[in-house]
Amino acid sequence: MDIFTQQLINGLVLGSIYALVALGYTMVYGILELINFAHGEVTMIGAMVALTVIGVVMGAAPDLPGLMMVAAGLLVAIPACMALAFGIEKVAYRPLRRAPRLAPLITAIGVSIILQNLAMLVWGRQYISFPPILPHNQHEFLGAHITDLQIFIVLISLLTMAILVLLVEKTRLGRAMRATAQSKEVAELMGVNVDRVISATFVIGAAIAAVAGVMVSAYYGLAHYYMGFMLGLKAFSAAVLGGIGNIAGAMLGGLLLGVIEALGAGYIGDLTGGFLGSHYQDVFAFFVLILVLVFRPSGLLGERVAHRA
Amino acid sequence: MFGLLGGCGERGGADESAVIRIGSVAPLTGPQAHLGKDNENGARLAIDEINAEGLVLGGKPVRLELIGEDDQAEPKTATIVAQKLVDMGVQAVIGHLNSGTTIPASKIYHDAGIPQISPSATAVAYTAQGYKTAWRVMTNDEQQGKVLGQYAVNGLGARKIAVIDDRTAYGQGLADQFEAAAKATGAEIIAREFTNDRATDFTAILTSIKGKGPDLVFFGGMDPQGGPMAKQMKRLGLNAVLLGGDGLQNANFIKLAGADAEGVVASSPGLPIDDMPGGAEFRKKFESRYGVIQVYAPYAYDAVQVLVAAMRRADSSDPAIVLEALARTDHEGVSGPIRFDAKGDTTGGAVTLYQVKDGAWRVLETVR
Repeated sequence: MDIFTQQLINGLVLGSIYALVALGYTMVYGILELINFAHGEVTMIGAMVALTVIGVVMGAAPDLPGLMMVAAGLLVAIPACMALAFGIEKVAYRPLRRAPRLAPLITAIGVSIILQNLAMLVWGRQYISFPPILPHNQHEFLGAHITDLQIFIVLISLLTMAILVLLVEKTRLGRAMRATAQSKEVAELMGVNVDRVISATFVIGAAIAAVAGVMVSAYYGLAHYYMGFMLGLKAFSAAVLGGIGNIAGAMLGGLLLGVIEALGAGYIGDLTGGFLGSHYQDVFAFFVLILVLVFRPSGLLGERVAHRA
Repeated sequence: MFGLLGGCGERGGADESAVIRIGSVAPLTGPQAHLGKDNENGARLAIDEINAEGLVLGGKPVRLELIGEDDQAEPKTATIVAQKLVDMGVQAVIGHLNSGTTIPASKIYHDAGIPQISPSATAVAYTAQGYKTAWRVMTNDEQQGKVLGQYAVNGLGARKIAVIDDRTAYGQGLADQFEAAAKATGAEIIAREFTNDRATDFTAILTSIKGKGPDLVFFGGMDPQGGPMAKQMKRLGLNAVLLGGDGLQNANFIKLAGADAEGVVASSPGLPIDDMPGGAEFRKKFESRYGVIQVYAPYAYDAVQVLVAAMRRADSSDPAIVLEALARTDHEGVSGPIRFDAKGDTTGGAVTLYQVKDGAWRVLETVR
């Protein structure tokens, strides 16, 4: 039972990171029907920028508490990612807004490769280690181990998602975003500045990605110019699992994918008597994804609910 | 593909001497890019030194040109890059870095009749294919896995062992050899788990292993996975020794695992760099140009030297003649004496075991 609890905790922590990144995919898709493949790389840039800042702060004020250093890193990484996403949208996607849908998709892949290689040039090919500045106190919870950092990650994810939901549901900008998602043309006729709303969507997604990037690098203790790729792919799958374009779906999809992966890797070997090993972890996760899509082609919570209403 | 074009031919007077192109293939992008660039730099150092000395073959001055290519540690990219090098007319190839890329590429070099010397591929299968073109300057997994398996039981006193590998030719091969040797020495293998060479999260398999109560976890894989794995073992309260091969035994592993690297044991083929006959001098030369040595740079350097020594003996760069000369190699390299057996493996290689103490790899012992 304690092993099961541990796997569940492992999965929830991993899943809450997936969920945060998935939000960026789903928000952009919801409005533009564009899969922004560069989003994983924005996450990576967030981690890299934050690590650089943390390195500088550590050199200048080594006695500062670790949390303050991470906060300083976030304070720079968030605006940096927001500016980056703003630029990407303006340069790479906006000119193609009326082009066939395949064009911006290819551009997105191109941007993703450019960002990876830029990061490789700036930060090098080395894995960059996250300094051990965060508290690593362990707690026993129903026989399982959970660290302060893991609790932080889950709490910050939940907090970020709550803020996002409030923003989309309760603010003027949120209403403009929902309107644009339903129909760009009609929203424009109603006086919504669609360009600004789209920019805002990218920028908000990037801010969340920066938070996720810092959390991933703190959790695994490393950052690398390549880290955004797999994370992006998993997060994108999570968004599809929950129903792409649907914010609640991205959260649910992320958490579910994390838990499925953890349970899959943890039990698949024993359940199949060693026939399928833990390297089928991803296969298992994607098998569940395919199953869900076969029976619910628009994801668990449905695709772009508002659009269909 | 972002392969860096090597050489550049910027020096004057190059037109007077014939150019011999030598390929160097390693992952220059992706998670193992730091190791790949290290190999390429090791080869480049040797090439630059030989060019500075001046090389004369068949009475004519020749200049070596290194063509650095990126195989992304991907078997399928490796074959594309290998074909590209063959088509460019390289006379020999130093590489690849990983066993998983070296083996598929070796068929292409074999078919083209070009000598291939891998500085770091250790999978047994590489030289077991019967290719006369395949050589390596590093101890293979059979030798290393055997030492590791015996050391786990006799040296570290492990009885219940969990084995994880990254499903690459290297990781899987090493883990298989380790498992066989550990079993033969009297240990029980209580779990065999798998991951991949892109993963960073191992909590699920470590949790499952923890439930079986091992006293040692063996990982066949590289530092980008090993570092986080060491961390996650501590975080999950899995109090077993982490043991690995040469993929973990490098500076980067300690950086990635931080304080959780303490106590980790790993082996490396050959001698510690400072115990190598030419280690101190090599370190000075290399680090003044390229920065810290990752792992295999001395072997890449030696591979080029062995190749050029064979060219000198043959007094030719014709691959067919060089291949015959390579078999007669008896070279005092930076990493130690290099001789080949009939398969193209190095003979009499040593394996050294290291443990992390106070944030650095300390030599435990060298097994010959």
